[in-house]
Amino acid sequence: MHEHSVAQITRGLREHLFSSVELTTALLARIDDLDSRYNSFVTVDADAALAQARAADALLAAGDAPPLTGVPIAHKDIFCTRGMRTSCASRMLDNFVPPYDASVVQRLRDAGTVTIGKTNMDEFAMGSSNETSLYGAARNPWDTDRVPGGSSGGSAAAVAARLVPAATGTDTGGSIRQPAAFCGITGLKPTYGRVSRLGMIAFASSLDQGGPIARSAEDCALLLGAMAGHDPRDSTSSERPVDDYLVALEDSLKGLRIGLPREYFGDGLDAATGAAVMAAIRLLEDCGASLVDISLPTSELTVPAYYVIAPAEASTNLARFDGVRYGYRCKDPQNLYDLYTRTREEGFGDEVKTRILIGTYALSAGYYDAYYKKAQQVRRLIAEDFSRCFDSVDVIAGPTTPGPAFALGAKSDDPVSMYLEDVYTLAANLAGLPALSVPAGLTGGCPVGLQLIGRHFDEARLLNVGHQYQCVSDWHLRAPEALTGGQP
Amino acid sequence: MAINQNDIEKIAALSRIRIDDTRLADLSQRITAILGMVDKLQAADTRGVEPMANPLDAVQRLRADEVTEHNQRAEFQAIAPAVENGLYLVPRVIE
Repeated sequence: MHEHSVAQITRGLREHLFSSVELTTALLARIDDLDSRYNSFVTVDADAALAQARAADALLAAGDAPPLTGVPIAHKDIFCTRGMRTSCASRMLDNFVPPYDASVVQRLRDAGTVTIGKTNMDEFAMGSSNETSLYGAARNPWDTDRVPGGSSGGSAAAVAARLVPAATGTDTGGSIRQPAAFCGITGLKPTYGRVSRLGMIAFASSLDQGGPIARSAEDCALLLGAMAGHDPRDSTSSERPVDDYLVALEDSLKGLRIGLPREYFGDGLDAATGAAVMAAIRLLEDCGASLVDISLPTSELTVPAYYVIAPAEASTNLARFDGVRYGYRCKDPQNLYDLYTRTREEGFGDEVKTRILIGTYALSAGYYDAYYKKAQQVRRLIAEDFSRCFDSVDVIAGPTTPGPAFALGAKSDDPVSMYLEDVYTLAANLAGLPALSVPAGLTGGCPVGLQLIGRHFDEARLLNVGHQYQCVSDWHLRAPEALTGGQP
Repeated sequence: MAINQNDIEKIAALSRIRIDDTRLADLSQRITAILGMVDKLQAADTRGVEPMANPLDAVQRLRADEVTEHNQRAEFQAIAPAVENGLYLVPRVIE
């Protein structure tokens, strides 16, 4: 039952082939059995999940149930869940039980989903390996000596290990797409403003977007349909109507123009990863798409621009964690300054502190113009590169990451080499564009991701291209060997 | 740009984060490495380029000036480290 996709589950439940309680029980047992290997969950609430599953079964029996009724999912532990701890994998919020639900959680609940639990992540979503989590790194189900990617590493590992059919993630610089690529699954970062950020604990507010992580583009379409839409309580949420993502899945790719940025296939790209991605692109060509050589000349500036803008926004967002209103407070503060400084010393991990310090520096008097303003100007140049390319192509394709998942510990002492892991994913966040990662092959037994970047609010097209690719390939159906007894 | 330990202490104070003396050398090395990577920005020609704060160049929406939130003080304060009579407690600020 754990192999079922979200689409299969919704059909199976409606045809009463199985119940949500049966499915939820099976997945909970599987998490119990297997998750000590992957450390993908930080909280599982079996009683609450089963209560929701029973309610879902009652609704299904009565008919007229919302589209995702009875589908068990997990939420990244960055989304506030009323009455369920929301830690951001940080000591700062290890004791935080939110008094409200994030809009994404509320919308998915309204659509009928059952919340199994909360998934592991890099602390405050700052990382590309899940190694900065207070609760220890999640592990890659394809090879548990390797990272699952980050920051949504727990969500990706849980979906890849077939512990849940789908999960939510957030993506500030690649945090949905990179772990999806590393774990052989499908993940979508929507356009900035497509999904409400209310109750999604803020890292970098002009870059953060929530999105779905699942095993196929079709499942991502089902989830995004429930997650997307205007939220009056998020002033950056778009009022644009939500497309019908499911209908668009079946569109033909005939006449589709796919841009291949030269800069994404150059030095730094692992040869086997590049070959797998090109093979995937050739399949799209066989489906009727045409390939166009394009250039994104500002590509080499995306990592530097991002590592000014994201830390700057983080330093202001994380100023709210002061030991006064909620979360961690140091013991026996001597005065208010001591309360603030020791609470934040003890509550934040090293990577979070490093980014707050960099952000504070970039925003401080005398350095603002040289760093923050300069990075914002470069951000516009990066965005303009994309607008220019989208005059002549419909989607942009390339690798999601420079190579497959790396070993645990391989990059944790070298922040710059860790940051360069995000070289192909950061630009979509800086430009606010939607981007999808789909599994496109294996190298050395580890998955490789094909990234598709679209125009603003063109999620329907990305999901369409992803789905059509998955109609002619089977990488998204492959499971890690450890789960199949040697039959990938 | 190289960042020395004095710079780190100054930024840490602005950030309200205590940094143990034993951590200063390592942190200044990490931050210097990151800023070295970031310095590539300086080579970009950005004359006349408007800084981009929002990727859709959206502006803040206004709404009618109406009460939309109800009082949830008790619920919010139930998760606070220290409260008394509806007030958040912090160490004495005014002697």
